[in-house]
Amino acid sequence: MIGIEHYLVVSSILFVMGVLGIFLNRKNVIVILMAIELILLAVNINLVAFSVFLGDLTGQIFAMFVLTVAAAEAAIGLAILVIYFRGRGTIAVDDVNRMKG
Amino acid sequence: MIQLVSFYIFASIVIVAAAMVIFARNPVHSVLWLIVAFFNAAGLMVLIGAEFIAMLLVIVYVGAVAVLFLFVVMMLDIDFAELRAGFIKNVPLGLLLAIVLVAELVLGIGAYQAGAVKLGTPEAGVATVSTTVPNIEAIGALLYSKYVFLFETAGLILLVAMVGAIVLTHRRSHGTRGQSISSQVQRRPQDATRNVNQPVGQGIEL
Repeated sequence: MIGIEHYLVVSSILFVMGVLGIFLNRKNVIVILMAIELILLAVNINLVAFSVFLGDLTGQIFAMFVLTVAAAEAAIGLAILVIYFRGRGTIAVDDVNRMKG
Repeated sequence: MIQLVSFYIFASIVIVAAAMVIFARNPVHSVLWLIVAFFNAAGLMVLIGAEFIAMLLVIVYVGAVAVLFLFVVMMLDIDFAELRAGFIKNVPLGLLLAIVLVAELVLGIGAYQAGAVKLGTPEAGVATVSTTVPNIEAIGALLYSKYVFLFETAGLILLVAMVGAIVLTHRRSHGTRGQSISSQVQRRPQDATRNVNQPVGQGIEL
């Protein structure tokens, strides 16, 4: 039967994939945002797995709130990306230094 | 048995899709692989009986967030080859960090399997999973009673995100004639209309 370890292993691998994605695509903001979505998916899998195997529904409620915040974050992040691209014509992370003192 | 087989199918596809999200050359492909990953994660959640979260993943992520990503990737004219320039340079550090993280997580799960860590018992109360009530019904009952303020806060967060995204990206175009609501509302009937007793046989003066 499937145990909680199975789910923990999947979510840890997914989490590490997300972190690796942030490191590998350090210039591309879009892929960094997608990697953050992967990390949040890993968190959600963890929450749901614990919720089911402990028999407590609160974890699933919390996963829903994580999902809400993830959606809000993606919308705002992409909006910032669009106006940044309008002003500079590039989205390379290295060029983001306008507010440097 | 069928449960185990489907778990391994879903899990392996999730992980392969996540790897493709990171390593794909074209960000459009990355978004498509992200959709695959979310679909299979939803499958994983259905497998342990969390149908509501699974449906939410498909609706919110695949239906909204992934489409938003696709839209932005396709709308912006970006030279992605240039953005990939430092990819090889970042591999050693990234892999090192990934290995460290994996080692830590394996240590944690190993400690659990060896029996050093015990899962707690849930607080007896309203949130316990029932075998008779369906998952969605139970979540609804909990969400609209115990967590109703948190639920409303989530709605507020989404509202603020929506307003923020619109304020950030909205461009007021110059040279177009917009509607001036205040001057429309301030207009009085006596300023706008005129009663004239018009004599017969003469033209009207406008």
